Amino acid sequence: MEILNAFLVLANFVLIPAITYGSQLALGALGVTMIYGILRFSNFAHGDSMAVGTMVAILLTWWFQSMGITAGPLPTALLALPFAIVVTIGVLLGTDRLVFRFYRRQKAKPIILVMASLGVMFVYNGLVRFVLGPDEHRFADGDRFIISVPDFKALTGLPEGVAIRTTQGITVITAVIVVAALFWFLGRTRTGKSMRAYSDNEDLALLSGINPERVVMYTWMIVAGLITIAGVLYGLDKSFKPFTYFQLLLPIFASAIVGGLGSPLGAIAGGFIIAFSEVTITYAWKRVLTYALPDELAPSGLVQLLSTDYKFAVSFMILVIVLLFRPTGIFRGKSV
Amino acid sequence: MSNGGNPYRDDRGNKDRSITNPHGSGEIPLRDSGKTSRVEGESPFLIGENMTGGYGRNGPDILHDCTIAVNPGEIAVIVGPNGAGKSTAMKAVFGMLDMREGRVLLDGEDISALSPQDRVAKGMGFVPQTNNIFTSLTVEENLEMGAFIRHDDISDTMEQVYDLFPILKEKRHQAAGELSGGQRQQVAVGRSLMTRPKVLMLDEPTAGVSPIVMDELFDRIIEVARTGLPVLMVEQNARQALGIADRGFVLVQGRNGHTGTGKELLADPEVRASFLGG
Repeated sequence: MEILNAFLVLANFVLIPAITYGSQLALGALGVTMIYGILRFSNFAHGDSMAVGTMVAILLTWWFQSMGITAGPLPTALLALPFAIVVTIGVLLGTDRLVFRFYRRQKAKPIILVMASLGVMFVYNGLVRFVLGPDEHRFADGDRFIISVPDFKALTGLPEGVAIRTTQGITVITAVIVVAALFWFLGRTRTGKSMRAYSDNEDLALLSGINPERVVMYTWMIVAGLITIAGVLYGLDKSFKPFTYFQLLLPIFASAIVGGLGSPLGAIAGGFIIAFSEVTITYAWKRVLTYALPDELAPSGLVQLLSTDYKFAVSFMILVIVLLFRPTGIFRGKSV
Repeated sequence: MSNGGNPYRDDRGNKDRSITNPHGSGEIPLRDSGKTSRVEGESPFLIGENMTGGYGRNGPDILHDCTIAVNPGEIAVIVGPNGAGKSTAMKAVFGMLDMREGRVLLDGEDISALSPQDRVAKGMGFVPQTNNIFTSLTVEENLEMGAFIRHDDISDTMEQVYDLFPILKEKRHQAAGELSGGQRQQVAVGRSLMTRPKVLMLDEPTAGVSPIVMDELFDRIIEVARTGLPVLMVEQNARQALGIADRGFVLVQGRNGHTGTGKELLADPEVRASFLGG
């Protein structure tokens, strides 16, 4: 019974939040890895592109709410999501046209594109703060819980409860659907294969009649979809704040690199590794250990390895360790 | 490859692969195609005529008044000592070079202004010397990508390629990068055949393969040429290549040194002395 209680506490405070956060990171890291594989640079504007996508979704959500349109028990933001994706696609394609295409035509070295993306990052960052301000916004509505702690306790009669928030359920389900669709697209469709071919060998793709500009366009469209979904899910689950989204860049990059840059499977694995590390290292284990250990061994302190303020240090440490000992990442991506 | 004076092509020593990915990046410049025009009079099916030019707008000339041609059913071979401009001549025909003078005619049409990718659409199949397969894609996906510009049913062509190279059928679900050197070359040739090209251009198809595999590859190339497809290839192994060639072009320092049928060139004492080794 004690062990079951320990597991319930663990599930409630570690497993479910980490799976949710991992799904969000995985979606973000998939975008990073696709740009790295196909456009061949690390997009520093990724976090702020997420913020732009989420901002559009928030504005649409408010507009829908003002017209009295809601999704019932689900967050209204889910209704706004498809439209937000379309707008974000427009923003990213416009940016590509204005900024990145020039360097592509010059056959610029990837490092030049990295620096250009840094500039784009500042512009997006400013744009979001200009429109929504630097403050925190909560835009989740609808039912808060799929199952709440009191419900769970009443249902099972157990002393400890597990809560699953609506946003957590939506995050995981959406992530699974999106990832499955992406893998199907890359592995089975003609366009998806042409993107892999272009990533593998640009010149030969050109000689095979694959239009590079088209491949790049599809990449930005997919990335826009991924980041808007990831950003909205993260914002629903926690809250939206421009600076937080900029900071998300680090765990997202860490996920992509840990899994192996250029490897979609690696991005997903990396996302969960980073999420679980962050949550387990910053979680206070006292309650779990009190249940799991015999009474005489029960800890008196909080048993928290790091304060949550240091959660970014966790991804940074993992990043350093991976780059030192296995630079290609778990799934042998393309970085060396 | 030098940065050609373009500051954007200078990475200033940055090789950090955690933010930049040089894997698979291309060197063929993207450019827009100009217009093509019909040309009156008799000319070979594919001819690069009086080509003069080099890499980059300001680069030195590598080719000087060089002419390469091939007709249906023929195998034309470009041979010559190292640095003679063999590959460059082929790249010039394919539009990967900035030509100052000369023109390229395909089937009576002047295609000099077309970009390489538009020449593929016009029916030129090109197999580069290196990096000529998609290593991370399966053999079958490689062939599918070869047929990317086609929108009709490609299964017949794929069967033909598998008939020509039976080993590929066996390994069709394997990643092409896992194959041996000779098999990779078969994938490369097979990929270019998938477009059903009007002319096939091979840049040193036997580079780095064993003599036995080389003979087999030559046999396959002859088989392809017998179907009526003109084959233009650059070869390092001059003697064997001239042995199967209907036309041979010996280049010397970017110029046409000797031209004739393969047999004539093999018998020419000057050619023998200068670079076939007696």
